[in-house]
Amino acid sequence: MPVARTAWCTHPLVKRSAPVVTIVTVLIVVWYIGAVLMNLSLVRGGFEREEAPYTMMELLEGTMSAERPLLPAPHQVVGAFIESVFGYPPTAPRSLVYHAMVTLSATLLGFGLGALLGIVLALAIVHSRVLERSLMPWIICSQMVPILALAPIFIVVLGAIGLQGLLPKSIISAYLSFFPITIGMVKGFTSPDPMQMDLMRTWSATSRQVLSKLRWPSAVPYLFASLKVAITISLIGAIVAELPTGAEAGIGARLLAGSYYGQTIQIWSALVAAAVLASGLIAIVSYVERKVGRRMGART
Amino acid sequence: MNRRQIRLGFIMSAVCVLITLMLPLPLAGTPVAALMARPLTFLLTGVIVLLFGFAAGFRGLSAIVIGFIGAGIMAEMTLMLLRDPLIAGDAASGFWMVVIGVWLASWICVVALAGLKPRSSAFRKAIDLAIPLLFGAAVFYLWEVVVRGAGVPPALLPSPSAAAAKFMASLPMLGADFVQTFIRGVLIGYAIGCSAGLLVAILAHRFEFLGRGLLPLGNFFSALPLVGVAPIMVMWFGFDWPSKAAVVALVTFFPMLVNALAGLQAAGDIERDLMRSYGASYAQTLIKLYLPAALPFIFNALKINATLALIGAIVAEFFGTPTQGIGFRISTEAGRMALDMVWAEIALAAIAGMVFYGLVALAERAMTFWHPSMRA
Repeated sequence: MPVARTAWCTHPLVKRSAPVVTIVTVLIVVWYIGAVLMNLSLVRGGFEREEAPYTMMELLEGTMSAERPLLPAPHQVVGAFIESVFGYPPTAPRSLVYHAMVTLSATLLGFGLGALLGIVLALAIVHSRVLERSLMPWIICSQMVPILALAPIFIVVLGAIGLQGLLPKSIISAYLSFFPITIGMVKGFTSPDPMQMDLMRTWSATSRQVLSKLRWPSAVPYLFASLKVAITISLIGAIVAELPTGAEAGIGARLLAGSYYGQTIQIWSALVAAAVLASGLIAIVSYVERKVGRRMGART
Repeated sequence: MNRRQIRLGFIMSAVCVLITLMLPLPLAGTPVAALMARPLTFLLTGVIVLLFGFAAGFRGLSAIVIGFIGAGIMAEMTLMLLRDPLIAGDAASGFWMVVIGVWLASWICVVALAGLKPRSSAFRKAIDLAIPLLFGAAVFYLWEVVVRGAGVPPALLPSPSAAAAKFMASLPMLGADFVQTFIRGVLIGYAIGCSAGLLVAILAHRFEFLGRGLLPLGNFFSALPLVGVAPIMVMWFGFDWPSKAAVVALVTFFPMLVNALAGLQAAGDIERDLMRSYGASYAQTLIKLYLPAALPFIFNALKINATLALIGAIVAEFFGTPTQGIGFRISTEAGRMALDMVWAEIALAAIAGMVFYGLVALAERAMTFWHPSMRA
């Protein structure tokens, strides 16, 4: 007799999410065990310094609620995250929302600049053979320069000219994010097949008409694919740009302050904020992609 | 661009030089300071005009070569003028006119070079290499001339020659930084992260349940700003290279996992059936089919990781280092406004990154020579 299976077991949603849920659960369990193991000596040291008698239970509890643990337990991180998001007004410097907004504004400005630069470069490259051959290798080389290395200089130089705050950070994230867009858009602009290009030629279309009627529409899927890559990269750029510059606000500044003062829980909750921000931004781009796709008649 | 336009370009460049004879070179100078008054530069001007005249007259490669020689002499002339303390720092219209001439002539030459349709493939390869190199040389020349001619303070932007001089003068220090950041931090972390990613990908491919759980998570994690864990790693593994290697390993792990998993699934059904009909074990199938089929994907991840690794190591150094390393040096020297040292370090990092990337690309070419993208 075959094993009786209840209906929910074979539901597609369950089938799809069961592995993910299992692995996430395993990861959380491993995290808890790790937290106990890594904080154990710390907590024991604390008890012994006070020469207070302690039980195993107290020791375990201590590892779960240490103030400056080596590895905070998941519930501590979540608790700190929720407290710093909802516990303060969004403009208070202790509120994560405030820091996230600072980083987000730099990210979005940088992303916009990067996308613009990326598309313009791709257009230039597609339309000029000389530019393609002289510029393309240097564009690839530009990403070999560790931009983070350039971050402090940008800040110093732009600061000397009188630019401060948002723009230096945005320039760094633009520098990082233009690359995937250029590469993707060059691919996208050249994606129409020769037959279609020939058809445009038989209609004696100008290169501008070819661009707006053929190249641009067929590049849209490539555009969104590279925008998704670029937006996370520009977030990374904005966060990292805050590190060497001694920024006072932003997720990167929170990371730096947390590491100076050994506030591990603060570091972790800033990381969670960065993760939330990254997935939120990707979700927005995907949403726009679906909308645009539907408007352009994509079958999804 | 057709031949007539190219000829016009050369004539324009020659006109630029001729105009210069009348214009003042330094800002505060008397008319005596013009190009006319210096015997050597006056002679050179004549040579340049003659060369551009020839370039406009000839066609094909010979015109380009002559044009380049002219542009080169012209560039050398501007650098020579810059050694004059009167000109360096406040160069005037005459000087900039020569620079514009250099730019115009070299641009025309590059355009003409790109327009050549050589028959032999060796020649075509040489041209493909020459165009970006000449473009880069032109960019560096403009940077040098503008910085020195306009007197940009070195605290803002040092000239490439100053950075290069600093590079050569502080080789031991750069070597130590290179070993600390690149050999220890980047290479060890890269090896650990990439091999761990590959191993987990193989496991996830072997056990389907694990794979279906890991793929969405891997995609999620590889989109996160993982370099943010740097302060935690510094706290756990100390200031020295292990913490940098740990950051690099973590940053490189997820791209490798996601790509390798996609690659392992790239083997076709027919090939898989063939392996089954041979009665091959999983290990045999893995080595003879899955891994070779995954190689293009694995190399893709290796190339992505080559850039990520360097970034990860440098960021980790912002959170604490033993007083060595590229990231450490950059942040301290930038704080002291010693920008020539900073640029020397950046050049070091860029060269290291490019060589690293190049080696990975060479290995890719050697190992995936069978792939359509390599045979094209």
